[in-house]
Amino acid sequence: MNVDSIRDGIVIDHIAAGNGMKLYRLLGLENLEAPVAMITKAVSAKRGRKDIIKIDAEIPVNFDVIGYVDPGATVNIIREGELIEKKRIGMPEKLTNVLFCKNPRCITSCEQEIDHIFRLADREKKEYRCIWCETKAAEL
Amino acid sequence: MKRSIIDVPDLTTEELDQLMDTAEDIIARPDDYADACRRKKLATLFFEPSTRTRLSFEAAMYELGGNVLSVTGAGTSSAAKGESVADTAKTVSCYADIIAMRHPKEGAALVAARSASVPVINAGDGGHCHPTQTLADLLTIRREKGRLGSLTVGLCGDLKFGRTVHSLINALSRYEGLRFVLISPEELKVPSYVKNDALKKRGIPYQQTTDLEQVIGDLDILYMTRVQRERFFNEEDYLRLRDSYILTPEKLKKARQDLCVMHPLPRVNEISVAVDEDPRACYFKQVLNGKYMRMALILMLLEAKGGKQA
Repeated sequence: MNVDSIRDGIVIDHIAAGNGMKLYRLLGLENLEAPVAMITKAVSAKRGRKDIIKIDAEIPVNFDVIGYVDPGATVNIIREGELIEKKRIGMPEKLTNVLFCKNPRCITSCEQEIDHIFRLADREKKEYRCIWCETKAAEL
Repeated sequence: MKRSIIDVPDLTTEELDQLMDTAEDIIARPDDYADACRRKKLATLFFEPSTRTRLSFEAAMYELGGNVLSVTGAGTSSAAKGESVADTAKTVSCYADIIAMRHPKEGAALVAARSASVPVINAGDGGHCHPTQTLADLLTIRREKGRLGSLTVGLCGDLKFGRTVHSLINALSRYEGLRFVLISPEELKVPSYVKNDALKKRGIPYQQTTDLEQVIGDLDILYMTRVQRERFFNEEDYLRLRDSYILTPEKLKKARQDLCVMHPLPRVNEISVAVDEDPRACYFKQVLNGKYMRMALILMLLEAKGGKQA
């Protein structure tokens, strides 16, 4: 299968197979006018199978979302057809308005202006908790 | 620099000990503190029903020579007009030197603290935290047992929604030689994150049981809690669990003579009134100790001095 290389944009690579669509949705890529290629279950030497997202536009990307969904993913920044930067993301310490607190007793449930902020509470378990009420984040 | 207290971990162990020392000094020399907060104002913002906590804060401020501005109930404040917690905190900061706030929503005190320009004390945010109750509990245990370490502490009743229980476990887990006995119905067990963070990670031994009578003889402290109607969305569940544990003089016969029975109050029926006459009943002393610890905390946050420090 051939997908054209991009000239100015972003390639999110080494996404664990199955996480690509989750990232696509969370990054809001369905609303983008520019071309986006979503490749699933590509063969990978490192991971066996992987997903890849190619975005043919210079858009701001929320790296925290990528790090949360898949800390092993890499982000390649492409300019004029050349790779100018390769980033390993890792797990973010804090997520703002990425996850939403489901606790009906949390202050965020009744005050719309308050940011939904989650902190990394346990790196090993990949566990995030709401900074306001300590409720564990629900799986995405 | 402005400092707020939202939960017990906001205080170091040294600060906890220092607050208890200050409270002891206030108890010994109340007159020395009578003007410590002169010309200072405490705003008590209570958006949820409370009698003892609000009165305790207000009595504390008056005994330090300060004044009190009071809001009780969301219906009588701007919250009824839809004002946010953040805006209320900013506004009240213009009138008061320190705020004590109770709110039914978890995290409300932290929101207030981030917006206020004066110190905020969390006087209870839903089922989340109630740090000044924990301060009262710590002083009571230290005064009754002479120490905060090397104790077997039984916590009984609603250990799931009981915010005082979570705070107390966190605070006591800093001291050496503690052992916890967690007594509750299956549905109201201590949440796993409390057990993991406070007990498992620190290697503190604990036992979970549903049978109070079986373990009462092992305890130095028995901390009873109320099953709180306001924490349930389902009335049926509340009614089913409400009468799970009722402490009676008969049950106390199996307990040690130096047991200390505590309760954050108000009680409904979980401690029989007949127990009040037992010298092991310490819950009304706890109320009084709460006022002294709130005095100590207000002094600390306002950087005011009294007694030996003055």
